[in-house]
Amino acid sequence: MKMRPLKARDVAPYLFIAPFFVLFLVFGLFPLGFSIWLSLHQWDPAAGLAAMRWVGFENYWYALTDPWFHKSLYNTLWFAIVSGLPQHLLALPLAYFINRRLKRTRNAVVGAYFLPYITSSVAIALIFSTLLSKDYGVINAVLAELTRVPLLGTLMPAESIDWLGQAAYTKPAVAFVVFWRFLGWNVVLYLSALQVIDKDLFEAATLDGAGEWQQFRYITLPLLKPMMFFAVTLTLIGNLQLFEEPFILVDIEKGVSQSVMTTAIFMYRLAFSDGDFGTASAVSWLLFIVIALLTWLNSRLFGRQVGGEHAAR
Amino acid sequence: METAPMSMKLVTLALLVPLSATLLAPAQAQQKTTLTVATFPDLDRAAKAAVPAWNKQYPNVELKIVSLQYADHHTAMTTALATGSGLPDVMALDLRFIGKFAESGGLEDLAKPPFNGLALREQFVRYTYTQATSSTGALAAMPTDIGPGTLLYRKDIIDKAGVTEADLTRDWASYIAAGKKIKAATGAYLLADAADLRDIALRAGLKDGEGIYFDAKGQVLVDSPRFVRAFELGREARQAGLDAKATSWTNEWAAGFKQSRIATQMMGAWLTGHLKNWLAPDTAGKWRSANLPGGLYGSYGGSFYAIPKKAAHKPEAWDFIRFMTANKDTQLNSLRVLDTFPALIAAHQDPLMDEPIAFLGGQKARLLWRDIAAKVPAIPVSKYDAVATDIIRDEFEKVVAEGKDIKTALADAKSLITRRARR
Repeated sequence: MKMRPLKARDVAPYLFIAPFFVLFLVFGLFPLGFSIWLSLHQWDPAAGLAAMRWVGFENYWYALTDPWFHKSLYNTLWFAIVSGLPQHLLALPLAYFINRRLKRTRNAVVGAYFLPYITSSVAIALIFSTLLSKDYGVINAVLAELTRVPLLGTLMPAESIDWLGQAAYTKPAVAFVVFWRFLGWNVVLYLSALQVIDKDLFEAATLDGAGEWQQFRYITLPLLKPMMFFAVTLTLIGNLQLFEEPFILVDIEKGVSQSVMTTAIFMYRLAFSDGDFGTASAVSWLLFIVIALLTWLNSRLFGRQVGGEHAAR
Repeated sequence: METAPMSMKLVTLALLVPLSATLLAPAQAQQKTTLTVATFPDLDRAAKAAVPAWNKQYPNVELKIVSLQYADHHTAMTTALATGSGLPDVMALDLRFIGKFAESGGLEDLAKPPFNGLALREQFVRYTYTQATSSTGALAAMPTDIGPGTLLYRKDIIDKAGVTEADLTRDWASYIAAGKKIKAATGAYLLADAADLRDIALRAGLKDGEGIYFDAKGQVLVDSPRFVRAFELGREARQAGLDAKATSWTNEWAAGFKQSRIATQMMGAWLTGHLKNWLAPDTAGKWRSANLPGGLYGSYGGSFYAIPKKAAHKPEAWDFIRFMTANKDTQLNSLRVLDTFPALIAAHQDPLMDEPIAFLGGQKARLLWRDIAAKVPAIPVSKYDAVATDIIRDEFEKVVAEGKDIKTALADAKSLITRRARR
């Protein structure tokens, strides 16, 4: 059988999609595979590629038994819960309120909430480190003013708080910034899900005598479940990979920086300050396993009816 | 079947032609050798200032100075060494990275021919060569500037508190006692961060050849008495409220100097230039420089030049390094433009040393710094110094903030450092 000769036209489509695959291969797949390979080696990069030495799973064992790794995992989970949970507990009612009550101002309000999400995290961290500054920060200045208010004043701290310099405050301060930043994103997610819920359902419920709370509880919430699953999954993944905010807000040269050391920061320190790229790669894969596990758990929690019930439209 | 390779070939050709054109163009355009120097601010200003003199002496070698921010530069150099590509001919290195890079084996041993860098040893401040030498005895880099450790203090503030310079420097107990007086009389903090005190005090009694964290056999030393003493002193300063809790190079730290809330700072002599140029220009004339308290001699930082093994123009690179480091005129010029202290001893004999420094109220401080430089012990650096510093910093924080017992903290630090430095 004679094959039809290939024409340039046949090759063209492959060429057009080639850039993506080439870039993905070079910047996506290769680093991924190489980091697995690397995690089984001991390697100080300054010594060149030839210095790689096979150590098998020793890096994984080393990481798993490291006190700093434990601490970083604890910090990461702490952030995931303390900054993640309020995001959803607040975003959900907020989106509901915006959807029901705001008409003309809706886009402006949503835009305002969404703004932090699209702002550079470095800019955000810099602004917050100015706000939270111990001696020159606006927040401490406001607290100092409040001490003059009778009654309320007695509840306020007498001394200025070192938000980013004292272990008791660094975590909540960083968690707040993360919460503030991603609240708007979740509001937008929930709002988009709310907008596709059929209005007839609410009208029918009103006719049946259901109050606002009952409508929220028995119509809105169940129909939002797929979106909740999606939003919580994104928060989970994002928070477990948390790096920028704690890294910039609490200078790594500060003694307290360990109080906000997430697993991603620990990985960075292992690689770029200790020069131990093998263990850093192992830590990144351990982190991946944790994320995969929790995402799976989350899907068990929310995911059962995903898809099925969305037919309410 | 035959048309397919043909069209593929055309495509490949179409992709390759512009690529090769851009690759070949610069090579054809010039006959002069281009020497690439990778460096970082402010050190890059020294190299840039040396360009006119270099061009006069070496008209056939053009300098290409590539400067990245401090951290980016060292990361870029790590990556370049890892992959063996994109390496410059000359690599500037900060002291903090010397240990790591010296051990890597990616840098030329400048002690060997054709460089024979050891022949120049006597010309440089003695401790610099120890810092630049790896554990296997390779000379990984040449020193260009040094940071003799000094106590910078605000004369106006200590005068107001009735404290003298001798009170500050006699010993650590006296330094802390003076700090209490200063706090009571003026409200100013003795120092920016108790960690600064810990960092320098733990070098007490170090002799030539002894490491800060590791001994010659690689044993971890952090549970030795000098660490206990340093931790106690740091804790005492923190508990007495003598430090502003401001980490170096943060906004709080800079503001502390601007607003005259910090009375003293222990640092390399080069800090004077930073104070003058941007940290606290308005406090000119109010600062003085003194020896570190407790008869201690130490150094802060320092810059070096190295040649990667894969550099393309090694003879020219060596010419450049000698031109920057072993040439008295270049060294003095760097002192003028950068306020960095020369590593070359010949430069220390220049009349420029006697010049009064206006920012320090006309004090002839360079003479003091020269004496300090000569007395700093030659302490070898280890590639794990950075790791040890991190761990000690964290344990110290636990001691001052959470009331952790010092002995326990240092024992924990020791086991963690031993663990990290396992290979």
